[in-house]
Amino acid sequence: MASGIRDKVAILGMGCTKFGERWESSAEDLMVEAFKECLMDAGIERKEIEAAYVGTHYDEVNVGKGSTPLALALKLPYIPVTRTENFCATATEAFRAACYSIAAGAYDIVLALGVEKLKDTGYGGLPGGGARGIEFFMTAPNLTAPGGFAQLATAYSARWGLPMDKLKHAIAHISVKSHANGSLNPRAHLRNVVSEEEVIAAPLVAYPLGLYDCCGVSDGAAAAILTTPDIARSLKKNQDLVLVKALQISVSSGEETMFNNWDGAHVVTTRIASARAYEEAGIKDPRKEISMMEAHDCFSITEFVTMEDLHISPKGGAYDDVMSGFYDLDGQLPCQVDGGLKCFGHPIGASGLRMIYAMYEQLLERVPGKRKIKNARIGLTHNLGGLPDANVVAITLIGRE
Amino acid sequence: MVGICSYGGYVPRYRLNRGLIFKSMGWMNPATLGNSKGEKAVANFDEDSITMAVAAGIDALRGMERSEVEGVYFASTSMPYKERLNAGIVTAALGLNDHIRAADFSGGLKAGTSALVSALEGVESKRVNKIIVCSSDCRLGKPGSPQEMIFGDAAASLLIGNENVIAEYGGSYSTTYDFVDHYRGGSAKYDRQWEDRWIRDLGYDQFIPEGIKGLLAKYQMRITDFSKVIYPCHYSAERKKINKMLGIRPEIEQNILQAEIGETGASHPLVMLVHALEQAKPGDNILVVSFGSGCDALYFRVTEQIERVKGRNGIAGCLVNRADLDNYNKYLVWRDILPGEVGLRGEEDLWTRWSMLWRRRKFILGLWGTKCKKCGTPQLPPQRICVNPECKGIDEMEEYCFSDKTGRIASYTGDMLAPSLNPPAIYGQIEFEEGGKFMFDLADCNLNDLATGMPVSMSFRRKYFDQKRDISGYFWKAVPMKEVE
Repeated sequence: MASGIRDKVAILGMGCTKFGERWESSAEDLMVEAFKECLMDAGIERKEIEAAYVGTHYDEVNVGKGSTPLALALKLPYIPVTRTENFCATATEAFRAACYSIAAGAYDIVLALGVEKLKDTGYGGLPGGGARGIEFFMTAPNLTAPGGFAQLATAYSARWGLPMDKLKHAIAHISVKSHANGSLNPRAHLRNVVSEEEVIAAPLVAYPLGLYDCCGVSDGAAAAILTTPDIARSLKKNQDLVLVKALQISVSSGEETMFNNWDGAHVVTTRIASARAYEEAGIKDPRKEISMMEAHDCFSITEFVTMEDLHISPKGGAYDDVMSGFYDLDGQLPCQVDGGLKCFGHPIGASGLRMIYAMYEQLLERVPGKRKIKNARIGLTHNLGGLPDANVVAITLIGRE
Repeated sequence: MVGICSYGGYVPRYRLNRGLIFKSMGWMNPATLGNSKGEKAVANFDEDSITMAVAAGIDALRGMERSEVEGVYFASTSMPYKERLNAGIVTAALGLNDHIRAADFSGGLKAGTSALVSALEGVESKRVNKIIVCSSDCRLGKPGSPQEMIFGDAAASLLIGNENVIAEYGGSYSTTYDFVDHYRGGSAKYDRQWEDRWIRDLGYDQFIPEGIKGLLAKYQMRITDFSKVIYPCHYSAERKKINKMLGIRPEIEQNILQAEIGETGASHPLVMLVHALEQAKPGDNILVVSFGSGCDALYFRVTEQIERVKGRNGIAGCLVNRADLDNYNKYLVWRDILPGEVGLRGEEDLWTRWSMLWRRRKFILGLWGTKCKKCGTPQLPPQRICVNPECKGIDEMEEYCFSDKTGRIASYTGDMLAPSLNPPAIYGQIEFEEGGKFMFDLADCNLNDLATGMPVSMSFRRKYFDQKRDISGYFWKAVPMKEVE
């Protein structure tokens, strides 16, 4: 009988670059930067790494396909290296593969690294093009990521009878909070503080989402070195262990896209993956037991519906929680504590590991007081890749031993 | 009895006031003031002669058995392809049988009536029973030219057969001359014409009476036998002269729709014919004449069956469903006369894979999906494993056509990031009333007018234009229905 991943893998070290428009840095530079910090944190030598997984999504403008970019950049000595790709869950997939290879007993020490170099496209937003194949280009609407997610808002407003101006207000609050959090973080891409008025008045990107409802398009990399709890204990005698509590992925089955049983106002996979993750980690009441989280706030409306889909706010009731400051840095369950995708930035293939990094540094109490979460025990990360109607969701729970 | 069994019409929703054109371009050619009255119908950025022909064909086939159609004749002088059967695209979009004949009629402005005569006489030969004729044109005049004012875009379709005929074919009379009043060379984008006086005095003056008199003599009829006479000629003084010459009284002169649509090229006589049929009564005789490289003159007698096909959009319905295109520059960008900047995102190079289109032709061109024989769930695109989680049937599908189904908007947005010639790019999820769901572009609408729950119908559109390889790619879009029946 399968028993899941809970407490079978420990995080030995992590690293994360500054995210942003890293015009001066190549993907190789970003990988080296994240890896250097990660290796130093782990306190091991490079030759002790037995296997590696590299996550990268947009091979079109990035490093290309395959695993060689990582092996060559880090000069990994002929070890097995594998590329993972699963939309915005790409880095979490690298982390997951590394965890499973440790838990299986195949290796003792494994590297997971996610990297994305997006800012070589010449235009704003994510790269367009053939990411979803030729048939998609020939038949799908003239679709971008903001337009795909913006539809959550029109559908949510219709489903719950929440007037659009109220919804606009709530998602503005979400962005204001993330900018406030990001402003405290020197590694975040966007560090300006904004007001709700500014957010609401910003130019429209995809109705009803304005500029400040959209996350930063950034370059960056993040990495983790994983091992068994026993090895971690022996290597980190003076430090609390951070253990993996749950890893769950859910992928759309086609029902949301093609079958008339979805209201378009929530993300089915988030509900399923988070419920499975709570079960795996033994969490009964996520609203009380989770200390903090990094949700996939590619757009403010995504974060809004995610608060319900993670079974934290009641269905149709995110408005009250958002407006009452429940998810603010000083609220009961702080969300996007490092600024989130919104302000820390969103290099697709690195984001999953960046989120885990944000939880890890909080659990080890390595952050300055002004952005520190008190009594952080369990952190949740959530990636949503694809579009609301066809996507992959990854949930990771990590916690102190 | 051989004749017209059904008709359909299509006029694009956007109308450009000719005064706006004059305001922008009149400085260059002040004489165009004389042509600047009324408005012209202009194809949306995602429409061309093929998509308009399909729209008219869909209208004509409403309530008709598609599987009985044995031929498609497409007539236009502005076909997107010189090599690749344009009528083949129309055939696929209309969801017709593969085992039928299809042909493109082009070259001169009488191509529309030539296709019509060929269809009528083909059915008369009894070797074929039902042919649909679709004609449309989307001709361009240079900015500042009289043609820019005069030309408009529209399509007409006539279903020709030998049962349930609404207008019986009487006969035809044709002339053919290499008379060059207008022409476009093989690579020309714009129409060129010779002097107006010559076109009027030698062209219309000579060929229209010759065609009509030839038909009257051949069938021993008089002009007074007709309740409507249809012929294209936008010169109003010239029309008066011809009417007087032939004894065409004002009440039998069919409106040429110059003030509402403009001159629509090869489709013009058929657009006027459809418009006449919409108001026709049993027993009416209708005379149709085309003009361009000679004339085709045809006549029809309307039967009792005419009442059976009333209630389609037709030309009259489309004339009412209009919206101002209140920006001349937008028209120039839509027609690729003025290069508009859609941004670098729009320059991503994506190839049309012909082998893929062939494999998926029923889905892409005809909007065919599948319906599960086990649970009855319609699904788009075509699936092999049923999407209904309770069913999980595998390879239990039958073909199911979505192009004639209506749906409702489940979610939508207007996207300023997407590269578009008509931003914001509007799209959303459409749930079909009878089951099935798909995310479509939304056409012919404004973001401010949309709401979830709004009904939509499907429209065949040019999905993309690959400038580098000269490829017009087609797919379906959703169009909000203005009135709910």
